[in-house]
Amino acid sequence: MSVTETRADDAALRRAARLDIEDFNAAYCAVLDDGNLEDWPEFFTEDAFYNVTSRENFDHDRPVGLVYCENKAMLQDRALAIAKTSMFGPRYLRHYITNTQVTGIEADGTICALANYILVETLAELPEGRLHQAGRLIDRFRRQEDGRVLLSSRIAVYDTLLVHNALVLPI
Amino acid sequence: MKMLPIDKRYVWPAAGLERVPDWAYTSQEIYDREVERIFHGPTWNYVGLDAEVPDAGDFVRSYVGPTPVVMVRDEEGEINVFENRCSHRAAEFCRELRGNTDEFVCPYHQWSYDLKGNLSGVPFRRGVNGEGGMGPDFRPENHGVKKLHVTRHNGAVFASFSDAVEPLEDYLGEEMLSDFEAVFSGRKLRVLGHYRHTLSGNWKLYPENLKDPYHATLLHTFLVTFGLLVAGNKSAMIVDPKGRHSTMASAKSDGTAVSEENKAEMRAYRDGLALADPRLMDFIPEFDSPWSVTMQVVWPGLIVQREMNTLGVRQIVPNGPNEFTMVWTMFGYEDDDEEMTRHRLRQGNLMGPAGFLGLEDNEAIKFVQDGMLNSTGGEHLVVLDPKVPAGTSNTLISEAAIRAMYKHWRQEMGL
Repeated sequence: MSVTETRADDAALRRAARLDIEDFNAAYCAVLDDGNLEDWPEFFTEDAFYNVTSRENFDHDRPVGLVYCENKAMLQDRALAIAKTSMFGPRYLRHYITNTQVTGIEADGTICALANYILVETLAELPEGRLHQAGRLIDRFRRQEDGRVLLSSRIAVYDTLLVHNALVLPI
Repeated sequence: MKMLPIDKRYVWPAAGLERVPDWAYTSQEIYDREVERIFHGPTWNYVGLDAEVPDAGDFVRSYVGPTPVVMVRDEEGEINVFENRCSHRAAEFCRELRGNTDEFVCPYHQWSYDLKGNLSGVPFRRGVNGEGGMGPDFRPENHGVKKLHVTRHNGAVFASFSDAVEPLEDYLGEEMLSDFEAVFSGRKLRVLGHYRHTLSGNWKLYPENLKDPYHATLLHTFLVTFGLLVAGNKSAMIVDPKGRHSTMASAKSDGTAVSEENKAEMRAYRDGLALADPRLMDFIPEFDSPWSVTMQVVWPGLIVQREMNTLGVRQIVPNGPNEFTMVWTMFGYEDDDEEMTRHRLRQGNLMGPAGFLGLEDNEAIKFVQDGMLNSTGGEHLVVLDPKVPAGTSNTLISEAAIRAMYKHWRQEMGL
């Protein structure tokens, strides 16, 4: 196989992976925006890592996260805590994930990807809505036996340094 | 028209400390007086950690009250704090959140300052070709940036605008110092990162929230359900003799110990919920303290958080009467192993603007400010636990610590 053919295969694989990820993210956002929060952990592998952190922390290798989950069980606990125990004002949140790039496919099939995101928050007392976060997603996806992809790691790094009051739902 | 003096226009309710007037939270004039008398007055204001500036030239942007300052380590290893305001045209010259530098140069006209805040360079001081420049009587030593008093205690750095402030140990007092030293014991700190968020309420509502143990058993379903703080647990609300600092303390129990009678009082209580990863609620004893949780308010703007094993400081930066910014610095200790660091990070899910407890406090405080700004009424009820007029109480169902805070506040404010 020539070098040119390998590159063409590689580009085709990445394009296919990107389309899978875009489908995945559309479904992921739909669950967070309008669905049942307790379905959200189902987008992750059992051993998934999930973190939401500021660019300030990420750029200085500070490991802390606004949300810090080391496995799917912790994601389930977060979904339970927010859905069943937390008090917060009514709001609409809408997630947009764009500019998806597949940056690599590893030997075991893990897909490394980057994307931008914005989160728009609309409160009853703020009906015009506002930008709640803008940032980027640093993702790793693992392909399952049935062909689906699941997140084995998602790190949401936000540029919007100051969080308005509270971040209720995950990114 | 001659205006009446402030104490004739802002009159405290006749009922005394059992009422707090809305104007204490919403008036710009009162806020301005707080900045002058409290944040710029004889108080110690947390500005950062030693561990954030380990090397000479390391700096962080910080605040004393609303006033921007720079905290920097100099060549002798001392930590200096000065106003982030050029003495020439007032530019806030330090723009980066943190970094390392030999000197600070104002970007506007390139006046430069050394790491102690002394003016070290003025371009064209002698003018050009014998014309212009500074007059012959200009003395750079009189034009450094405004320097603050600095004190450090086991890794925490405080600054004060006041020449009259007492030593930190006296400022805290013996009992508060002991709680402070449970966290700041002298073990070297390792910074794990920051959270920053705005909060749509008056800054005092935050210390009040931590002097209000009543809410903790009611608002925070998560705490109650998983046994961290339940009415009936061993707990205390400790206030320093002057009423300004405080520690809310509790000892963890297992959730099954909640009596049926107490459950019935708490709408928030949820039976039968369990965590899929219960490590979140593990408490690893490591402190010289009878408490598994302490939330300490060091007046006016510092909260020291010891929520089991997740540690942090929260710095209040007021932005006017109706909003403040909260800067959190989460940390562990240099000698923590990998698993302990992860445990602290894991437990961090409880706190901060996305924390199971933290987000609820932020929302509740916003609701209080909304209530004052959008409706009539004029004063709050702060009446629980009347047997303790103001100060330390042995029960969580008490507002005596809030009354103590306002006793002190009124003295400082002359109102």
